[in-house]
Amino acid sequence: MKDQTYTYITGAAIFLLFLGQVMPKWAVFLATVSLCYGTIVLGMILLVRNGLVSFGHGLYYCLGAYAAGTLRPFWGNSELLVMLAAAIFLTAAVAFILGFLLRKYRDIFFAMLSLAFSMILYGLLSKNAALGSTDGFNVYVDTILGVPLTDFEDPRYVIFGITILGAWISCMLMHRYLKSDKGKLAEAIRDNELRVEYLGANVSTIIHFNYVISAVLAGIGGALMAISIGHIDPEMSYWTTSGEFVFITILAGSGSVIAPFLGAFIFETIRSFAYEYSPNTWQMLLGITMLVVIVFLPNGLWSLFAKIHKKINQ
Amino acid sequence: MSLILTTKNIFKNFEAIKAADNINVDIESNSTVGLIGSNGAGKTTFLNIITGYITPDSGEVYFEGRRITGTTPRQITHLGIYRSFQIPQIFDSMTAEQNLTISASIAIGHQANKQHLRASERSLITLVKNSMDQFQLGEYRTQLAGNLPEGVRKLLDIAMSLVMKPKLLLLDEPTSGLSADEKFNIMDMVMTAVRSKKIAVLFVEHDMEIIKKYTDRTLAFYNGQILADGTTNEVLAKKEVREHVLGNV
Repeated sequence: MKDQTYTYITGAAIFLLFLGQVMPKWAVFLATVSLCYGTIVLGMILLVRNGLVSFGHGLYYCLGAYAAGTLRPFWGNSELLVMLAAAIFLTAAVAFILGFLLRKYRDIFFAMLSLAFSMILYGLLSKNAALGSTDGFNVYVDTILGVPLTDFEDPRYVIFGITILGAWISCMLMHRYLKSDKGKLAEAIRDNELRVEYLGANVSTIIHFNYVISAVLAGIGGALMAISIGHIDPEMSYWTTSGEFVFITILAGSGSVIAPFLGAFIFETIRSFAYEYSPNTWQMLLGITMLVVIVFLPNGLWSLFAKIHKKINQ
Repeated sequence: MSLILTTKNIFKNFEAIKAADNINVDIESNSTVGLIGSNGAGKTTFLNIITGYITPDSGEVYFEGRRITGTTPRQITHLGIYRSFQIPQIFDSMTAEQNLTISASIAIGHQANKQHLRASERSLITLVKNSMDQFQLGEYRTQLAGNLPEGVRKLLDIAMSLVMKPKLLLLDEPTSGLSADEKFNIMDMVMTAVRSKKIAVLFVEHDMEIIKKYTDRTLAFYNGQILADGTTNEVLAKKEVREHVLGNV
C-alpha cells in the first residue's frame, strides 16, 4: 500500500490555510493551539516509540517560548525567524546536556526526572522578577523576514500561516525520520534494548538523539505559541502542562504523525466546549473522555482512523 | 588453521561461586566447537565474557590476535562476533520480516561490516530476502514475532545474528525447548548457513545428540573449570565428563 501521509499532511495544511480566511477568531485560536500542541506531541510520540514517556516536556515548551519572547526585551530583536531559531537552539542545547543523564533512565524514573527538571525551570522563572515572575510577560513580533508586521494587511493571519508552516515542516520531517532505518530503531529499542546493542547499535546515542529532537519540537511549539498568543508565563513549565501533553499523546496514539494534531484538536475542542458549558466540571468531562479512549481504543484515537482507512482500501 | 579466539587465564567469581576458574581456550577459524557442562558450570558466563557483557576479574580475551577484554558487546559485534540467546531476544511487536530488516539495517549501517559484503548483497531487501529463504521463514513473514511458535522464535533469533557474515557465532542452547524433529531441522539449516559462510561457531548445548552430530571438538566445563577439551568422541568418552556432565557413569 502506498504511503499517502505526505499528501494528507500537505492537503490538511493547505485546507487550513484557506479555512483561516473565513474562520471566526475563536476557531483560529483553537486551530493555533492545536497546531502548537500537535507539534509538541509529535516529539512525544517519538519518545513513546522508544518506550519513554516524558512528564516534563513543559520544560522545552516553556524554554522555547521564553527564548522567543526574551529576544525583544533583552536584545532588542524580535524578527520572527530569529525568535524561532533561538527557541530551536536553546532547547537543543539544554536537551543535549540533560540527555546525558536522562538517557540512562527508563520508565517511571525517566518520567519523574523529566518532571523534576521542568519544575526547576518553573521555580526559577516564577522567582525571576526581570522575567515577570509568575505573571510572565507579553511577546511582540516586530518583523517577519525583515518586513515590519504592521505592513501586512492582516498580521494575525500571517502568523497563523506561519504556525501552519511550522507544524507542516515538523510533521513532514518527522514522518520521514520515522520511516528511515534510524527512526525504526526506536521501536526495536522499546521491544528489546539488549538485542539492539548486541546487533551493534548504540541504544544510548539513539535515545539521546531522539530526546533532543522531541525537545526541539516542543521548543518550536512553545515559540509558535508565544508568537501567536502573545503572552508567556512560567505555567508553561508547570507539571500540569506537561500532563496535558501526555494526555494528548495517549488520546492520539503513536501510530501516525497526523495523530498528534488530531489528538490536540480534539483535546482543545473538548476543553473549550466543556469549559464553556460546564465551567465547574470540565475536568471531569476530559477525564471521562480519557477513560473511554483507554477502554475502547487502547492504541489511541488514531487506531480507529487506521481501521477505517484499512476498510475503505479493501 | 589460524586462531580466531583465545582466552587466557580467565577468572570470574560471583560472590562465593567460581563461574570461571582459569579458563584457557583456543578456537580456530572455521571450526565448530561444542560447549557442554551441567547447570552452573559457567557456560553462559563464558559466552558473556567473550561478548563483553561481563568483564572477567582477571585474564584476557583475544579475537584475531587483538585484545578485546573490557570491550562492550556493541563494539565486539562490530569486530564480527555475533550471538544468539537461550531465550530468544527478538522484537516481539514486529513481524519476522521487520526483525530481520532491523538487524540488517543496523549491520549495514556500520562501515566495518560493509567491507564483508559483495556489492550485490549490500541492499537491505536482498539481505533480508536471502535470510528468509535460507531459514525458511517466508511463511511467517508478516506474523508478529511475539506470536510465533518457540522453534521459529529460536530460528529467527539465530537468523538475526546471521544476517551479516560474522567471523565467530556464539549460540546459547540453540535447541533447548524444541521437539526432537524440530531440533535437527533447525540445526541443519543453521549449520548449512554457517558452513557456506565459513563462520567459526561455539555453541552451548545440553543435547548430546546434537553435540555428536554437529561438532568436531567439544569443551566440557565443570565448576568454572575446563574438565575436558578435545575431539567430541574423546571428550564424551572421558570418565570425568561422564560422571560430572553426562551423569551416566
